[in-house]
Amino acid sequence: MNERIQQQRKDSIDAVERISVERAELLTDFYQQQDADSYSIPVKRALAFRHILLNKTIRINQGELIVGERGTEPKATPTYPEVCLHSIEDLEVLDGREKVAFKVSDRVKTIYQERIIPFWKGKSMRDRIFREVSDEWKAAYEAGVFTEFQEQRTPGHTVLGDKIYRLGLRQFIVEIEQQIDQLDFMEDIEALDKREELTAMKIAAKTLVDFAERHAVELEKYAETEQDRQRKQELLAMAAICRKIPGEAPETYWEALQYYWFVHLGVITETNPWDSFNPGRLDQHLYPFYKKEVEAGTLTPDFAKELLQSFWVKFNNHPAPPKVGITAKESNTYTDFALINLGGLKADGSNAVNDVSYLILDVIEEMRILQPSSMIQLSKKNPDRFLKRALNIVKTGFGQPSIFNSDTIIQELVRQGKRVEDARKGGASGCVESGAFGTESYILTGYFNLTKILELTMNNGVDPLTGNQLGIATGELSSFVSFDDFMEAYQKQLQHFADIKIHGNNIIERLYAKYLPTPFLSLFIEDCIAKGKDYNAGGARYNTAYIQGVGLGSVTDSLVSLKENLFENGRVKADDLLKALNADFEGYEELQNLFCFETPKYGNDLDEADEVMQRVFEIFYNAVNGRPTTKGGRYRINLLPTTSHIYFGSMIGAMPDGRHANKPLSEGISPVQGTDRNGPGAVVKSAAKIDHIRTGGTLLNQKFTPQLMEDPEGLSRVASLVRSYFKMDGHHIQFNVVQAETLRQAQANPEDYRNLIVRVAGYSDYFVDLTEELQEEIILRTEHAEAM
Amino acid sequence: MLKGLIFDLKRFAVHDGPGIRLTVFFKGCPLKCLWCHNPEGIQAGVQVVSKENRIGSRVVACRMEEVGLSYTVDQLIKEIEKDVLFFDDSGGGVTFSGGEPMMQPDFLEAVLKRCREMEIHTAVDTSGFTTLETLKRITGLTDLFLFDIKLIDNEDHKFCTGVSNKQILTNLKWLSKQNKQVIIRFPVIPGFTDSQANINRLKQLTDRFENINHIALLPFHNIAAGKYERFGMKNTFDDEPSMNQEQLLPLKADLEAHNLKVTIGG
Repeated sequence: MNERIQQQRKDSIDAVERISVERAELLTDFYQQQDADSYSIPVKRALAFRHILLNKTIRINQGELIVGERGTEPKATPTYPEVCLHSIEDLEVLDGREKVAFKVSDRVKTIYQERIIPFWKGKSMRDRIFREVSDEWKAAYEAGVFTEFQEQRTPGHTVLGDKIYRLGLRQFIVEIEQQIDQLDFMEDIEALDKREELTAMKIAAKTLVDFAERHAVELEKYAETEQDRQRKQELLAMAAICRKIPGEAPETYWEALQYYWFVHLGVITETNPWDSFNPGRLDQHLYPFYKKEVEAGTLTPDFAKELLQSFWVKFNNHPAPPKVGITAKESNTYTDFALINLGGLKADGSNAVNDVSYLILDVIEEMRILQPSSMIQLSKKNPDRFLKRALNIVKTGFGQPSIFNSDTIIQELVRQGKRVEDARKGGASGCVESGAFGTESYILTGYFNLTKILELTMNNGVDPLTGNQLGIATGELSSFVSFDDFMEAYQKQLQHFADIKIHGNNIIERLYAKYLPTPFLSLFIEDCIAKGKDYNAGGARYNTAYIQGVGLGSVTDSLVSLKENLFENGRVKADDLLKALNADFEGYEELQNLFCFETPKYGNDLDEADEVMQRVFEIFYNAVNGRPTTKGGRYRINLLPTTSHIYFGSMIGAMPDGRHANKPLSEGISPVQGTDRNGPGAVVKSAAKIDHIRTGGTLLNQKFTPQLMEDPEGLSRVASLVRSYFKMDGHHIQFNVVQAETLRQAQANPEDYRNLIVRVAGYSDYFVDLTEELQEEIILRTEHAEAM
Repeated sequence: MLKGLIFDLKRFAVHDGPGIRLTVFFKGCPLKCLWCHNPEGIQAGVQVVSKENRIGSRVVACRMEEVGLSYTVDQLIKEIEKDVLFFDDSGGGVTFSGGEPMMQPDFLEAVLKRCREMEIHTAVDTSGFTTLETLKRITGLTDLFLFDIKLIDNEDHKFCTGVSNKQILTNLKWLSKQNKQVIIRFPVIPGFTDSQANINRLKQLTDRFENINHIALLPFHNIAAGKYERFGMKNTFDDEPSMNQEQLLPLKADLEAHNLKVTIGG
């Protein structure tokens, strides 16, 4: 890393997260204009977008090679009052909270008080959503049965394909105009809607070109006063790039990176979409430019790397927009989930690993910053050298890159009905979600608490936390004569809540389709232009909605315990069991011992436990998979928690797996923390009993102490463990390579460990920024060291 | 029915031969090494010890636990089969350790035969203290021997392990003649096996076998201290600190200079 990058990296890490009110003000200015209401909703959204980008501050940072900031300066983070409106109390919480804070100046608070809140109150998407969903939905939501993704951030969950590397936005505009010309107002009843949407897209496309132009002007100004001759040349070169792209197609590596970055900024300024935005298969997109220029001698690998490093800093400058209310436990991080994909397969099915894949791995290793996140796609066709290069970074304990199974992802996508070429151009984004990049809208709609539903089933639909009849009455625990009877009741409860969730989703989807179109994002996801339809209204070629099951390990272990101890061996009676749970095992130590230490657990390659897991999987799958969305797509399941397993756990009392009340649930498809006692091989074998191909992503977290990968032999063994898991169709595995002792020290002296990044669940985060519960959990996760 | 007494199955074992391995610990050992790391493997029958189950700092139960579980050949093969995919991908296999696996020769032979049929790589980790007849029975069925050599001087050997090393050295010689792959495992025990005299004699010993040129140094560690307490046994090395890799580097270099391949930790 050269000195200049070191400085940029340091500036980015040192920058303080703060709330920028600029976007909220510009948006409000626009909406308050007298003629704002004379436009259709899509055109109004596009004009608001234009107003923001043509008037916002242009910021050029010292030494950077890629330009463009969403806020007024690095880490100055805008708000999105049309999506969710921060109250003054929210702003004060953000400002004052110990972890993941955002500084809020008095000026911001005043503007919010005087202008933003009065104008947007009752008009935000969040307000609309809570007005429209059913009471049943609200009761289940408040009880922690499920969460809702779109109440504070807009649907996004998508990744850019290869379109921008082939076409400039002026060509996009030509395509849009052709579509408008071809509209059939005689036969197509949606023709007018399509015209408005396409017009909005055109405005949005033109806006980005103008926004880039503003950077060119600013860069030229900087160049005039720049004393350093080399930097002056660079600034002029950057200005020329900003005048060329995004209007025209990129011809160089540098232009390609800058083009992407402008698109990224556009997407995350238009709204606050989930997972920000993501270049996806970056090594594939950059390689043709890289190869051509390196061969021609116009680009050195060193400069190519510096450009990437400067690009990396841009991601790190953009924290996830802060939420409202007390949702800290649900997802509490600065990370905005942009996940760079490396390796995998080309569209023709051949090995895609190239020189840029390795170059980017070097960048990841050297930069060691929070964002962007990174992963490798590993196909059976990719070489071991690629996997080992990645593991050599993993073993330094930084939690990146995570490892995904390309062959499984492709099978998942094809099973869902995608063309195999589209599937091969896809990958994983966010935490672990499979998607066809550039062609699919795959929306995560909410985490679904599989364990809470078991608690409700054990209590005849009553939530023991509140005494409310939350679920349907499926019978008292003592009334079931067999485990199969009980599983039938569990299935009914789960179906009931899946119905409530999907009922709400169908409302929320339509609200976004109608009130919050995203014409800018729609430009880049095929076939929105061809269909004349917004991304939020079903314009993408493929439309998928996910519900993410949480607590698979916990619910399995509890069910196994009921099966063996209550129904089969009669070692406990139903009433005593409920009493023990109610007492949180106080005075029932013998019973807790039976549950914790003498009952089979998922994650040990024991069929008697893993078969119960498979039954839970089938019940959840059947309740969700294949049901229609309102956008012409289908529902699918995922098994990932981000950090919701902690929030969900806090809403559940003691359970028959021996878990105490309010403790976190198991995360992803990992076993309950500390219950896997047969080594990592047994864990991946249990996890592989899930039919991964029928999901859209699963998350398996394994913690290793560094010693295990210290020497090449150790590294090879871990590599072969990954290959074995992937042979069994495992979707994803990530390694936290760190010693518990180090983490304890970090807990005791957080000031000395502020840079310690650990893998949380589908993303990495600063250890000291995690809640104490999450810290404890990471320490607890079994260390699969030799001395186990 | 033929049964074997096993006191532990360790999966993802990484120090008992190549690749990812399953190590099967046979109960019962004819030696009583002062530094034994698996004292629960010495006695040939089932032992009952007490065990506390804790959740956080709270003891939820105190149980008597049997150490030593009886397996039929089929039962053990079923456990081995679970990991075949890992063996295949990593070049690993099963290691029979203990205790002394050759103390249960019929069972060991039967299991080795089945592994051979299933094309699973096998290693036998042995003290070498067995009859030549027993050794002959299993040699052809075993891919790799991890053969412990502790002390060359017979009196020292008797003092530290309770048995003479004569048969052990005879057996090693025989294995070498069969051209079997053998790795010598040498426990480095401060004040007992690490004397220059013993090391020199170890080198001389390897000189006699052209095809034995790999030594694995096993550094002394005291993780077994808790086991000694649980099993009510006397621990000679109560206060001796564990060795680290760095402490072994001079010895490693010394042996390497003698044209030996040296690995640390198995």
